[in-house]
Amino acid sequence: MKTESRLEKVLAAGHIAVTSEVGPPRGCNVEIVKEKADMIKDYVDGINITDNQTAMVRMSSIAGGVIVKQMGYDPIIQMVSRDRNRLAMQADIIGAYSLGINTMLCLSGDHPKFGDHPDAKSVYDVDSVNMIRMVKDMRDEGKFMGGADIKNPPKMFIGAAANPFADPFELRVARLAKKVAAGVDFIQTQCIFNMDKFEKWMEGVCDRGLDKKVYILAGITPMKSVGMARYMKNKVPGMDVPDEVIKRLEGVSKEQQPEEGIKMAIEQIQRLKECKGVAGFHIMAIEWEQRVHEIVKGAGLYPRPEV
Amino acid sequence: MITAEQKPLQEIIQYIAPYDKILLVGCNECVTVCAAGGRKEVGLLASALHLNSLKQGKTIEIKELTLERQCDPEYVEELAAYIGDVDAVVSMACGCGVQTVAARFKTPVFPAVNTKFMGASLSQGVWAERCQGCGDCMLGITGGICPVARCSKSLLNGPCGGTSNGQCEISQDVDCAWRLIWERLVDLGIQDRYEELNAAKDWRPAGGGGPRKIIREDLV
Repeated sequence: MKTESRLEKVLAAGHIAVTSEVGPPRGCNVEIVKEKADMIKDYVDGINITDNQTAMVRMSSIAGGVIVKQMGYDPIIQMVSRDRNRLAMQADIIGAYSLGINTMLCLSGDHPKFGDHPDAKSVYDVDSVNMIRMVKDMRDEGKFMGGADIKNPPKMFIGAAANPFADPFELRVARLAKKVAAGVDFIQTQCIFNMDKFEKWMEGVCDRGLDKKVYILAGITPMKSVGMARYMKNKVPGMDVPDEVIKRLEGVSKEQQPEEGIKMAIEQIQRLKECKGVAGFHIMAIEWEQRVHEIVKGAGLYPRPEV
Repeated sequence: MITAEQKPLQEIIQYIAPYDKILLVGCNECVTVCAAGGRKEVGLLASALHLNSLKQGKTIEIKELTLERQCDPEYVEELAAYIGDVDAVVSMACGCGVQTVAARFKTPVFPAVNTKFMGASLSQGVWAERCQGCGDCMLGITGGICPVARCSKSLLNGPCGGTSNGQCEISQDVDCAWRLIWERLVDLGIQDRYEELNAAKDWRPAGGGGPRKIIREDLV
């Protein structure tokens, strides 16, 4: 075992892992984090706390993670290279680990253009691949990026994202291979709606044996409405929402659409459980944390294993 | 080349409001090519400033001059013959030219253009950023397409997850640099090279080490 991470233990024991996420508030209300975490805690092996998602300022991922940790749960902090240079990243990783956080996700982050501070200077000192390597070297070599030894280095279980749906598709397996070579331990994929394309990508991943080197958690997002599906199709960069998803939601009444969305998410998980190389699921129920338990139960992933 | 665009006329007018005798100086290099601060633009700006001062019921004297290269002290020296007769200098050169003039004379110097980026001409009247002067060129391993200048996040190891229709997440008008790199590597039959890890960049040569300078001992 590389770390004390609960997620690592679950995955190493061969269980299908389940993670989900909490978007922290745009203010100081701790109760919001607690309420959201309480809704999902019994149904997941780790709780992602997003880091200024869509480039909007929110309570920091590490602060949210500490709150979740103090509740006795297992936070997965996220870190985007948009907002920090290598000094700040390493300082925050040490800080987070010192406060009991042992699992993190390395991301480049949405461009500031999308957020509420489009006039900000973005950092991007280190890209996500080099961030992975940096966190790994901190853990396995006990070295800072600058080369100096770390006294009591942080031991993070290292995650990253993969988007099989962004262009060019042919490059997306190779892109994952780079993250694997850099030392990533687990992957949480972009929201999957185009199942055929995802399975094709997984085939490429398995053909290269990458599934043996990294745990891949398939990203699942339940649709609340046909409006949300259309928005994700047309407005969210890198998202692939096939027409049949929209048609299926259109086929039921407005009141029934949330139920249909939950049902579709469960069906996706059932199908992807059979997909070679899928080690677990990352459920991104956007401002819909209260429904996560239904998806986990419905997909036969409850109770979560004791490790 | 270095590209530039003329500042809003009102901003230039505000700079020179306290002065009556202006030396308006263009540059015959990059800003001439990108039609921002060459001889022609000097003439046009002088006319606009004259017109404005007439409207204000004021008269100003403007001496127009375009130097061969405003970032070179040798050519800036030509201004010495005129500087004593003016209250202020307005420079239509890039920031390098403005500073070379300001370093040489005590007379106030104001910029008339905003210096934009190092770019190449795509077609008549269109220029696009191509280089950020990072000081450690990696075009040799990226198929001649620069991810530092052309990826919105300057990612060194491939595209982020935001690429759609082959374009950057920030705009469908911006090509994804890594899509271009990938296509180029495929064309060249060397796409395997994509998987070589590019280490995090040493940003010192890019300016992270402080203001940059080249000293060529053989020329000094």
